Amino acid sequence: MTALDRGRPARNAGQRPAVPVKLLYFAWLRARIGCAEEEIDLSPDVRDVAGLLDWLQSRGGGYAEALRDLSVVRVAVNQDYVGREHPLREGDEVAIFPPVTGG
Amino acid sequence: MIRVQREDFDVGAELERLAAGNHRIGGVASFIGLVRDMGGSDRVSALTLEHYPGMTEKKLAEIETEAHRRWPLDAVLVIHRYGRLHPGDRIVLVATASPHRESALAACNFLIDWLKTDAPFWKSEETPAGERWVASRAEDEAATRRWSSQP
Repeated sequence: MTALDRGRPARNAGQRPAVPVKLLYFAWLRARIGCAEEEIDLSPDVRDVAGLLDWLQSRGGGYAEALRDLSVVRVAVNQDYVGREHPLREGDEVAIFPPVTGG
Repeated sequence: MIRVQREDFDVGAELERLAAGNHRIGGVASFIGLVRDMGGSDRVSALTLEHYPGMTEKKLAEIETEAHRRWPLDAVLVIHRYGRLHPGDRIVLVATASPHRESALAACNFLIDWLKTDAPFWKSEETPAGERWVASRAEDEAATRRWSSQP
């Protein structure tokens, strides 16, 4: 173990590296969060959609406000609807939006 | 065929083109969605449609494929607009062509029901009380679900 490693939390041992993903927000979620898209590096312990939503809520501010009621939040990964258990992988395009109202 | 566009469309010309040259077609069914001037009890002066470019086309193409799987259709057309629209403006055209009317009518109904709950579009209304996002309707979800056991 090097001096650098000693400062890291033990729970990171054996976990995967950070995962870069692209996040897109639409409609009132975009308005409340205050941005349409962003690139983020998911921390190694965020493994699925549920984990991502938890982590976004924990950022507070517009994120917490936009994601307060997850029953009105839909998620698509690479342009297909997915459930909360869907795993996230490097390079995924994750879109977060309210129920659709077209037609 | 799927088209997602800002511009208006000519219903007559689109329906004419759908059946042109194919004399197997015995019926063309169509649905045209328009901007209403009321949202709940508030007057609506304008409506802005936002969508998710890429996923919109993908979902509409999947819905079109599913309609072809369920009914003997010779042609399907879905045109959906986005951007800022006003009361009376056309939003969407769904048209289906088939040798017989039953398939054309049922498929047209199916397509608009599915489009309303699956295609990633969102409406924002301008009213005297300000601008607000339209909420999804439970009736629309129910209308789509009834197709899961048919035909």
